[in-house]
Amino acid sequence: MIEYDRFVLDNGLRVLVHQDHSTPMAVVNIMYDVGARDENPEKTGFAHLFEHLMFGGSIHIPDYDEPLQRAGGENNAYTTNDLTNYYCQLPAENIETAFWLESDRMLSLAFGEKSLSVQKKVVIEEFKEHYLNKPYGDVWHKMRELAYKVHPYRWMTIGKELSHVENANIDDVKAFFWKHYRPVNAILVVAGAVKPDDIKRLAEKWFGDIPMGEKYHRHLPVEPKQTEARRSEVYAKVPVDAFIKTWHMDARLEKGYYVADLITEILGGGASSRLYESLVKEKQLFSALDVHHWGSTDKGLLAIEGRLVNGITLEAAEQAVEEELEKIQSITVNESELQKVKNKTESMIAFEDMSVMNRAASLATYELLGDAQLMNTELGKYQEITVGDIQQYCKEIFRSSNSNTLFYHAQK
Amino acid sequence: MPDRKNAPQIIDAVDMHLELKPYESYTLDNGVEVYAFNGGEEEVLMVELVFFAGNWYEEKNIVAATTNFMLKNGTKKKNAFALNEHFEFYGAYLNRHCYNETATITLHCLSKHLSELLPVTAEIITDSVFPEQELNIYKQNQKQRLEINLKKCDFIANRLIDEYIYGFHHPYGRYTSTLDYEALQKEELEAFYKQYYTQGKCIIFAAGKLPADIVPQLNKAFGQLPFQQNNLSDIQFNPAPAELLKYNILNDPEGVQGAIRIAQPFPNRHHPDFSKMQVLNNIFGGYFGSRLMSNIREDKGYTYGIHSHLQNHVHTSALVVSTEAGRDVCEATIAEVYKEMAILRNEPVEEEELALVRNYMIGSLIGDLDGPFHIIARWKNYILNGVTDEYFYNSINTVKNISAEELRELARKYLNPEQFYELLVV
Repeated sequence: MIEYDRFVLDNGLRVLVHQDHSTPMAVVNIMYDVGARDENPEKTGFAHLFEHLMFGGSIHIPDYDEPLQRAGGENNAYTTNDLTNYYCQLPAENIETAFWLESDRMLSLAFGEKSLSVQKKVVIEEFKEHYLNKPYGDVWHKMRELAYKVHPYRWMTIGKELSHVENANIDDVKAFFWKHYRPVNAILVVAGAVKPDDIKRLAEKWFGDIPMGEKYHRHLPVEPKQTEARRSEVYAKVPVDAFIKTWHMDARLEKGYYVADLITEILGGGASSRLYESLVKEKQLFSALDVHHWGSTDKGLLAIEGRLVNGITLEAAEQAVEEELEKIQSITVNESELQKVKNKTESMIAFEDMSVMNRAASLATYELLGDAQLMNTELGKYQEITVGDIQQYCKEIFRSSNSNTLFYHAQK
Repeated sequence: MPDRKNAPQIIDAVDMHLELKPYESYTLDNGVEVYAFNGGEEEVLMVELVFFAGNWYEEKNIVAATTNFMLKNGTKKKNAFALNEHFEFYGAYLNRHCYNETATITLHCLSKHLSELLPVTAEIITDSVFPEQELNIYKQNQKQRLEINLKKCDFIANRLIDEYIYGFHHPYGRYTSTLDYEALQKEELEAFYKQYYTQGKCIIFAAGKLPADIVPQLNKAFGQLPFQQNNLSDIQFNPAPAELLKYNILNDPEGVQGAIRIAQPFPNRHHPDFSKMQVLNNIFGGYFGSRLMSNIREDKGYTYGIHSHLQNHVHTSALVVSTEAGRDVCEATIAEVYKEMAILRNEPVEEEELALVRNYMIGSLIGDLDGPFHIIARWKNYILNGVTDEYFYNSINTVKNISAEELRELARKYLNPEQFYELLVV
């Protein structure tokens, strides 16, 4: 049970405080309700580029990192298709430094041209390092474009292409900031060796006078239900063929999400999972195999991807995957197999919650989803799932018309 | 309206109380040492068995890592699937890793399931078999993985730089080819397993919410096993650094980035310069605000990240600068690295920067001692490196007291371009 206090400032900033006095540290986590899905399709990768700019100086403070490091702190940030999160950890005695820094960059950035021009280069190198200069680096670019026709999940967080990052200008930066980085669109979580009364005072002091801004209401195009199987083939200079297939699944708070999470575990979670045992060990079709789903806020994808053993055709690999999916639809999984993946889920949650930093980020994520209390009730939702639910949802999602298949050929 | 121009008062991290909480230690019936740290809020724990079974002890390439990997692939009573199923049913993670000197088997689980999991962990140490079929799958999949990794410039660079520093015949400098996998024999694994696991030297580390009867439980599972604690042969290897210092490798003609490694040998942590060098390294390339990051990423935008570090080896170490940079700016990046070395040799670090680095290092040390797993990990590192908590407190003193002049002397001793290997892989 994760305990927390919650209050809302007059400007709409939501504040959550979670106490843990077993550590001398404090974590300050600010989550903004903006991700790559909120981008202009002609200017993709912008939310992530913007995250870099948040470290390029704010209105009163030329450098974010230096004062934090001087106070014994460390920080980082990440952007996803759904949200942007900034977090720092420092000795609890110095927590006011984090309030000073975070509130100033929420008040206003400095909007320096130099920061923009350098960070564009840095992000372009990041793009190259992770997606261009790696074998199979473009798999998910291609898969997203295949599986989504209108929803902005059709591009990666890093962006659709380098030119979108190259073309970003300072007016885009300003507009994005004033639209998305207002108190009313943010959540502050403070965790660790802190007291709620102190945090309330500090939050009022540092964030209280920042103008509320306008609440951002998201009107994203809804992806129409897919009605026929989609397939695509790629030829690239890679050593071995790779197979990837995805199916649309429920959004984060829908029941199907939890069922899909357990299905993912049954099929591919660990060395005793079905696909690993059958396709890697028994039939030796795949040399590496992974089953996962996005965990995204809107309706996302469940994926099976793997690299083929030399001499195995993509057709044979696909057929073997389909046989396993046919089996899980036609024969009810047994109770102990379901119990196993529930136990794994319980354990995974306990390990995740060990670190104060993870707890702070989770509270922010659930608050953003609508209710921080979900953090304490999620395990119950998994426990309620029955073998019947598993079978029914497998039948629902693993239809051919709901699938996207990508054959990634090694160009010899 | 708060004063936004001036930073709030801080307490210098160097003035904060820092303590490495002590472990409790026990000896099992067969002489195995157990180091335990009890604590934490969640009902979870870890038990790690450390064997002196790293590649230091192998006579043929990749035997140690393969033996370690194959441990979850079958015992006399359970096949690979049944073994994995047992741990996964209880939501536990049984991981294994092979390092240079040591190899580990690590169990993470909910505290309530421990008693179901220890006996099977023990079975893995005494009753593992190495089925031919599993070995063949491993060989085939590892070879393929290697083929893919060989397309990556950073992977190639990491292998080569270690070879230059230590020589291919040193365990720290050796790497694997597909032929090495093909040459592996089941019998070699069995022999290595018997000598270095079943009858090897073992140390146990445990941390988290430990049950009251943790020692009897560990004794029951592992205290009767036939370990031979003093059976370890004293094998020594001398590094044979390459003669040529500069290398330019073309791995992918179409590559859009190059992997840069600039490195030189450095003594291990028993050398008086080691903890001083950690401070200098921090300033040079050891954290986000370092000279290398500030100049090459934050000012020039040549790379997503550039770092320097001291390798965490037991016998002997190296100082390594590493980055992936745009292909057209690789030469410029290398030039800037040397420029930063020159500045550290020629100009004393300003007090302001030094104070920041001191606070940052102490602050991250405090953060790093957060929770039982982190505390035991630090102790494990100390114990395996043959140092005590004196090393911890001495290092802190160094961070707090090292002067700008000492740092400059250190830079003059260790940051000379002509002492470095320089490698660019595109």
